[in-house]
Amino acid sequence: MASNPQNDTLEALVNQKYRHGFVTDIESDTVPPGLDEDVIRLISLKKQEPDFLLQWRLKAFQHWRTMREPHWAQLRVAPIDYQAISYFSAPKARKDAPKSLDEVDPKLLETYAKLGVPLHERARLAGIAVDAVFDSVSVATTFKERLAAAGVIFCSFSDAVRNHPALIEQYLGTVVPHTDNFFAALNSAVFTDGSFVYVPKGVRCPMELSTYFRINAANTGQFERTLIIADEGSYVSYLEGCTAPMRDENQLHAAVVELITLADAQIKYSTVQNWYPGDEHGVGGIYNFVTKRGECRGANSRISWTQVETGSAITWKYPSCVLSGDNSVGEFYSVALTNNYQQADTGTKMIHIGRNTRSTIVSKGISAGHGQNSYRGLVKILPSATNARNFTQCDSLLMGDRCGAHTFPYMEVRCPSASVEHEATTSKIGDDQLFYCLSRGISEEDAVNMIVNGFCKSVFKELPMEFAVEAQNLLAVSLENAVG
Amino acid sequence: MLTITDLQVRAGDKQILNGINLTVQPGEVHAIMGPNGSGKSTLVQVLAGREGYQVTQGSVSLHGRDLLELAPEERARAGVFLAFQYPVEIPGVNNVYLLKAGLNAIRKHRGQPELDAFEFLSLIKDKMKLMQMDESFLSRGVNEGFSGGEKKRNEILQMAVLEPQLALLDETDSGLDIDALRVVAKGVNSLRSPQRAIVMVTHYQRLLDYIEPDHVHVLSAGRIVKSGDKALARELERRGYDWTVAA
Repeated sequence: MASNPQNDTLEALVNQKYRHGFVTDIESDTVPPGLDEDVIRLISLKKQEPDFLLQWRLKAFQHWRTMREPHWAQLRVAPIDYQAISYFSAPKARKDAPKSLDEVDPKLLETYAKLGVPLHERARLAGIAVDAVFDSVSVATTFKERLAAAGVIFCSFSDAVRNHPALIEQYLGTVVPHTDNFFAALNSAVFTDGSFVYVPKGVRCPMELSTYFRINAANTGQFERTLIIADEGSYVSYLEGCTAPMRDENQLHAAVVELITLADAQIKYSTVQNWYPGDEHGVGGIYNFVTKRGECRGANSRISWTQVETGSAITWKYPSCVLSGDNSVGEFYSVALTNNYQQADTGTKMIHIGRNTRSTIVSKGISAGHGQNSYRGLVKILPSATNARNFTQCDSLLMGDRCGAHTFPYMEVRCPSASVEHEATTSKIGDDQLFYCLSRGISEEDAVNMIVNGFCKSVFKELPMEFAVEAQNLLAVSLENAVG
Repeated sequence: MLTITDLQVRAGDKQILNGINLTVQPGEVHAIMGPNGSGKSTLVQVLAGREGYQVTQGSVSLHGRDLLELAPEERARAGVFLAFQYPVEIPGVNNVYLLKAGLNAIRKHRGQPELDAFEFLSLIKDKMKLMQMDESFLSRGVNEGFSGGEKKRNEILQMAVLEPQLALLDETDSGLDIDALRVVAKGVNSLRSPQRAIVMVTHYQRLLDYIEPDHVHVLSAGRIVKSGDKALARELERRGYDWTVAA
């Protein structure tokens, strides 16, 4: 392997400029940087929250102050100055919150149009309700009536705090406690908004739910909170997708997502994450330290995480399932792509508590450029989880010879009747495979896309149809030549 | 149509081809035989444009065009096809999808309209009958989980679909039982035409019982040491390769 011209070509192919780089100029109502109890009280006050929530935030903040940043991941992270972050930013309020899209800032709608997120029309055609998070406050919610008719609550977290405080008080922090980890504790103290879903007993949610996250105001950390509750026998599919404007400073993003399924319920949670990854020299980009966890609380319930992660400078993310209910099922399907100087340490935790619980993990890591991609997964089977089963498959694909792939599978099996299977492969995007395609007349760019998409197929098929197409396009764009 | 002049090739520090001269006319079938390590496979790989070889001297022209200047995909579009000795598996990529992408790239290059899914399907179903491949093939990944025989039949199927002017067959007979060999040979024979040249590399004379060559060449230590007609192949079968080197 003295000189390999194909490596150079691959490099050109993966050297794709970020397309969604722009900053919308909207006057922000921003709190000065810094974090202390007063800031938390101010956030809570601005959001007119009930006292239980303020007290919960303050407890989280006190706990956070005793914690240290985790450094066990296979990541190089520049020091983060938490006092330099502004913890609240809202688009300047007109007298009242907008009641319809007509009242929404046209610039904001323009931003969505640029991103190819047509809030008003295409969303309706696609039958998707969009709860758009712009910076930290939801400014538009659609399809409420249709969902309301089914009894489904889908709203911003703030609305849920106002209108359904009992549900919030009952479920918030029950899957990811405020003490869980450094970033979850920080989020619990300062989160400003997010999404809330409640699907009542026996209801199959009549549409896919979708939230588009955007990060916009400079130096504003994003601390979203998402809580989804599927009551007995219900079903919901939730799609999360996001892009962010281009900028130079690193931006911290520390969201928390909690899912709860009661007996016989199912939540399917799909993510396409395309935040600004930094430039080709590793400057800028989002730091994504997110805590996602679901609990199958009831028997025969199911939680599926499917993620396609192509963005962010640093991804620290382990969507997990706590399988408490007997016969419950946890699934994790992941494609993570790191290019240039991106780093990803991602995977899942499957905690088997109930009897006959089953979990499936399929992880596909793609590394290009100087990208570093780690799979980190824990399968934990407690003594109570008789006949629990897990299947794990981790595949890594390397493009070029300066990137890295790492696999850290942890297993803790404390039940003799459990069965745990683990398969792992690492392959280079084969010169053989590439040459085979070329020798059939296919261009190098098409060949690389074909091979990478083939590699990811078993994950893509878990995505809802329109999302699968988007994911394939995103992957193609992330690997495409900068020209065009 | 194909003219190879004094072709010298190395891979790393190792000289593999030491001055190959060969002329192939349309309609001809050439068999290149020789012991292991004589450079047979290298020759066809270099013609198809595989990376990792350095051409240190000589030239190759196809229809008067410098073949060595072209990228592998450009060679394919110019009518070169390589049937691989070890066809690679590409998991998750549908067989038919790959072949359709290849055919349409080639058709586009020729100025022909691209085939849509239906047109392509009816084309490939015809060709599959020829190669005795069943319908399940349509939904499988490229060579994924194929037996040795299936892989080789798939190569010839691709050749039948892409209709090359110059087909290079690299040890297409290796790993085939006699029934599979018959099917593959039948496929190749059906693709013989006055416009198409075939260069096949093989270690054994057996293949030549089924695909009769017009010319047979013996390659040894990177040189063609003997050329003749199919009688030469029989003699090789009887006497082995040693005498050709001594002669």
